[in-house]
Amino acid sequence: MKQLTIISGKGGTGKTTVTAAFAHLADHAVLADCDVDAADLHLILTPDIIREEPFYGGLLPSVDYERCTQCGLCEQQCRFGAIRSAKVDPVSCEGCGVCAYVCPEQAISMKERLSGYWYISDTREGPMVHARLGIAAENSGKLVSMVRQQAQELAEKEKKNLIIIDGPPGIGCPVIASIGGVDLVLIVTEPTLSGLHDLKRILGVANHFNIPAMVCVNKCDINAENTRAIENYCEEKEIAVAGRIPYAPEVTKAMLNRLSIVEHPCGEVTDEVIRIWRKVEGRLFGAQKEQCTF
Amino acid sequence: MVISVASGKGGTGKTTVAVSLALSLGACQFLDCDVEEPNASLFLKPSITGKTSVSVPEPWVDESKCSHCGKCAEICAFHAIAVFEKSVLLFPQLCHGCGGCMLVCTEKAIAEGKRHIGVIEEGMSSSIIFAQGVLNIGEHMATPIIKEMKSLIRKDMDVIIDSPPGTSCPVIESMKGSDFVCLVTEPTPFGLNDLKLAVETVRELGIPFGVIINCDGIGDDGVKKYCQGENIPLLLSIPWSRRVAEAYSMGIPAIEADATLKEQFQDLYGTIGRMVVNKRDTGFQLEASR
Repeated sequence: MKQLTIISGKGGTGKTTVTAAFAHLADHAVLADCDVDAADLHLILTPDIIREEPFYGGLLPSVDYERCTQCGLCEQQCRFGAIRSAKVDPVSCEGCGVCAYVCPEQAISMKERLSGYWYISDTREGPMVHARLGIAAENSGKLVSMVRQQAQELAEKEKKNLIIIDGPPGIGCPVIASIGGVDLVLIVTEPTLSGLHDLKRILGVANHFNIPAMVCVNKCDINAENTRAIENYCEEKEIAVAGRIPYAPEVTKAMLNRLSIVEHPCGEVTDEVIRIWRKVEGRLFGAQKEQCTF
Repeated sequence: MVISVASGKGGTGKTTVAVSLALSLGACQFLDCDVEEPNASLFLKPSITGKTSVSVPEPWVDESKCSHCGKCAEICAFHAIAVFEKSVLLFPQLCHGCGGCMLVCTEKAIAEGKRHIGVIEEGMSSSIIFAQGVLNIGEHMATPIIKEMKSLIRKDMDVIIDSPPGTSCPVIESMKGSDFVCLVTEPTPFGLNDLKLAVETVRELGIPFGVIINCDGIGDDGVKKYCQGENIPLLLSIPWSRRVAEAYSMGIPAIEADATLKEQFQDLYGTIGRMVVNKRDTGFQLEASR
């Protein structure tokens, strides 16, 4: 079983648009939305939820005020400023449990904290695992790991040969959790100075964790010079550029119609994303398969 | 006044709005708290005059004192320390620096060092006092750098904070304590979905906020309808234009590419100021009536 994660560094470059297109083009894939902070893939794939599970991602202190003597030790020892006059601020609390440990009256106990939900769903493109992180909750990395674990179990059970993961923006904890141990990352970037800057950083992350990467440039005609700069940079680093997608207002129309850019024809955009998919598939499964699909 | 510019969805125009707002003010402090992917410097082009390392506490174990009792591993909620019969294994990148392991160690075998996770760069961009946090490649936790960034907030001038995307810890750390949050979105189903999540987050924090629609015209009117229905002030609509998009790609701020935007951003600042004052006044009235 292979795993592919679509990431970008910079947000809003078209990760979910590309993921939804791949979901349509892949024959035997499980889909996983690991952008648990701000998940959007469900808006295109309109999943029917068949299983919903709560996610307990950490601990939160609960204070027994009958026992509390307001000694202030918990406040003194908490390094996150999350407990003041024995009142817990759940937003600042990281769930370390130091307050409970230092309390001489045993007035504080650590309780499991509901941090979100994860779901297994049916979609027209196959099974999908997705999640929703609770508002102001911690541990998005842990929830990402949970989504990936469920997707792997599902892929094994349903004998799928690929997991397509829609990743979050950035380079931190949820991104690292989304790409750990995958076979390939496809980085969707855009020809802006921000896109190039962030591409370099996310390529650094992929390299740091030894994960093979390919790049595609979205909205390539917004700045042809920057597109060339991205391609030159990739060539220098020996990173394959899978394709360049032009800007087209039709892409937004597809989204408004809740369709992928393969289902809703977007001209050259659709043709190019199909070519990109074939290259990605070829890279994942070897050249033989690539020839077959052509 | 401290104004945070945030969004649920990435790439909606946070940096565009934050930079344009700062430039329309002239003198202010600008903090780029999107430490995973800081981009504002590409537009403000500050001269960086100072660099400070940001580090987090990192435990280290003196194995000669360690009795391998395992209490440290037991209290560590982040699985950053594992104890075997004859050795101790540390996973520094998982450590949140709570100090629990040191507290429980009966042999005083654990001490704390420092681990470098990124830098804060400070400088000037004409009359804007600029700072940005930069997380090192391969590091997991952005929040310690954002916390350090927040400690730079000046009381004697307006402060603009460019927040990271999403709704989890780094975003909350960036917005916390702000007087106002501008939520930037795009008029599409993705933009609307993520805006709703961002609204829930800001409401949880109890900060007054309003919405800015960027790339207006590319999608539908779902965001406008939502804001009307929820009584959320729509502060500004920036129409999509190829000229602004191309300027953005070259690192040219929107208000320089389209001069008419400058006035709109100055008005935006005025609107925000009135909303913050009103909120304070109603707050006082509520207090007084109790």
